[in-house]
Amino acid sequence: MTVTEPEIRPPDQHPAWTEIQASPDFVSLRRRLRRFVFPMTALFFVWYMAYVLLADYAHSFMSTKLWGNINVGLVLGLLQFVSTFVITTLYVRHATKNLDPAAEKIRHEIEGDL
Amino acid sequence: MNVAAQVAGNNPVLNMSIFGVFVAITLVVVFRASRNTKTAADYYAGGRSFTGPQNGVAISGDYLSAASFLGIAGAIALNGYDGFLYSIGFLVAWLVALLLVAELLRNTGKYTMGDVLAFRMRQRPVRAAAATSTLVVSFFYLLAQMAGAGGLVALLLGITSKTGQAVVITLVGVIMIVYVLVGGMKGTTWVQIIKAALLITGALAMTIWVLAKFGFNLSSLLGGAVDSANTEAVLNPGMQYGKTETSKLDFVSLGLALVLGTAGLPHILMRFYTVPTAKEARRSVVWAIWLIGIFYLFTLVLGYGAGALVGPDAIKAAPGKANSAAPLLAEALGGPVLLGLIAAVAFATILAVVAGLTITASASFAHDIYANIIKKGQVDDKAQEVRVARITAVVIGAVAIVGGIVANGQNIAFLVALAFAVAASANLPTIVYSLFWKRFNTSGALWSIYGGLISSIVLIVFSPAVSGKPATAATPSMIKGVDFHWFPLENPGLVSIPLAFFLGWFGTVISKRGADAAKYAEMEVRALTGAHAEKATAH
Repeated sequence: MTVTEPEIRPPDQHPAWTEIQASPDFVSLRRRLRRFVFPMTALFFVWYMAYVLLADYAHSFMSTKLWGNINVGLVLGLLQFVSTFVITTLYVRHATKNLDPAAEKIRHEIEGDL
Repeated sequence: MNVAAQVAGNNPVLNMSIFGVFVAITLVVVFRASRNTKTAADYYAGGRSFTGPQNGVAISGDYLSAASFLGIAGAIALNGYDGFLYSIGFLVAWLVALLLVAELLRNTGKYTMGDVLAFRMRQRPVRAAAATSTLVVSFFYLLAQMAGAGGLVALLLGITSKTGQAVVITLVGVIMIVYVLVGGMKGTTWVQIIKAALLITGALAMTIWVLAKFGFNLSSLLGGAVDSANTEAVLNPGMQYGKTETSKLDFVSLGLALVLGTAGLPHILMRFYTVPTAKEARRSVVWAIWLIGIFYLFTLVLGYGAGALVGPDAIKAAPGKANSAAPLLAEALGGPVLLGLIAAVAFATILAVVAGLTITASASFAHDIYANIIKKGQVDDKAQEVRVARITAVVIGAVAIVGGIVANGQNIAFLVALAFAVAASANLPTIVYSLFWKRFNTSGALWSIYGGLISSIVLIVFSPAVSGKPATAATPSMIKGVDFHWFPLENPGLVSIPLAFFLGWFGTVISKRGADAAKYAEMEVRALTGAHAEKATAH
């Protein structure tokens, strides 16, 4: 690899990108990716903003003591950590099981016939 | 008991010796790494030969800046719960990188953010915009780190004269330039790995120590912080941001900028190119999320621990104020040796983060501006682009040193907020549209990058962070004695982020030149499958 090659594009353009993009295998891969990441992004974003708004505007609720000095705010905050770790784990599992094999297969088809 | 004098005069020689050992070890590592740094892929991307876990540790080293270690622990010690809110934004933000950005970026780009943004657009205007935004974000982040070094010097080495601090800032800058020049991305990555290991181990040790003092009972620790602060307010939200309706709105704005900014920080994005495949990029982010998350849980304990064991009054009286909470706690727990270790880790943190920023900015200049805009992608000499990157790194390093000396003692919080707000406004909308929206085109990309960049900077310039706050405020304005602010919030994110998303859409639909469907097909297929992604270089 040298620094003089044209940026990004491989020297000879693969002719079939559009066909591959329309192929059932690829369409299904894209659907499986998007059906996971879009709702999950919406979910954690809404949950995070709800937490921020509660901490910002619902002080007395967040200050409610649950046990000892542990209050609702601390528990909800720690739950943000838990949900982040859980979503991370779920995504890795989804990607390994449902995305990687399909991506690998299409990649081999593309790189094999160039 | 005069804690401030104790810390300032504690044992600068010991602190400096421990830091000297760190510098010596990392320099050896950097020189060893340099033997394999020959091509552009070596210099910019460490030969793409790091494993996911290695890169994950390096990412956490890059991300856990002095602001997040000293800053968050201090904010929790003084403002209680409101300090904790920062760490949550900084962590949750990684889900954006994991789910939407990291793998697709790794598959379609080569060295810089501009590679991805310009992939299916007209190269020169979009690369120029991406490089501008990269340089602006990196510059403000860099300035904040270097300006923070001045305060740290006062705190840990007992150097209070501005000249003495300037000498230390210069020294830090010069060591950083050596790392970047000699070791390139590979050397910089190893510095970050070593630093992250030290930082996380140090924080773990202190966390266990603090918890042990309270019988491993979080509730008693919080009780200790309440006793010491003489108010239950430290456990509840609102101490810092709850005062007025404006400050509440400011917090929403900050929360938005934090969660959307991370995945738009160019020095974080560039780290995804140092691994061989998208799958390793995913593993990097997973490692980074766990390490960063666990680290922020430590800072919760350390912050309340400092509140309980050192006390807010002693922290406020120390040089460096909130930033001194963690070092003071180290001293209270383990005496001068632990303080020396934590001090050395804090310096190492600044060095490593600044090195990462410098290599990112120099790569963007050499690769996006020099190679692709000035030379139109036709660089004659193989080594020429790397040579330009090295020269740029020296220039940026020099600018960082001068900027750090000039900005020493300034209110630096707004520089970090600016970096995150610009990243979230100018970069993230453009990245997301580029990767997922078929119709997105050159016009849309330029509107969202420049729209986000200009709106966030203009709003900051006319915010209370720059002018108009009374000199007695906890965080005074940057320019004192004048008042030209008209935007009420200190953080522009609440306005500039939605605006940039809107402008990206608007710029796209008003353009007569539609999207390049063939290039989008290529980009999408490559992004999702990794076909023809840049491979690791073999050594």
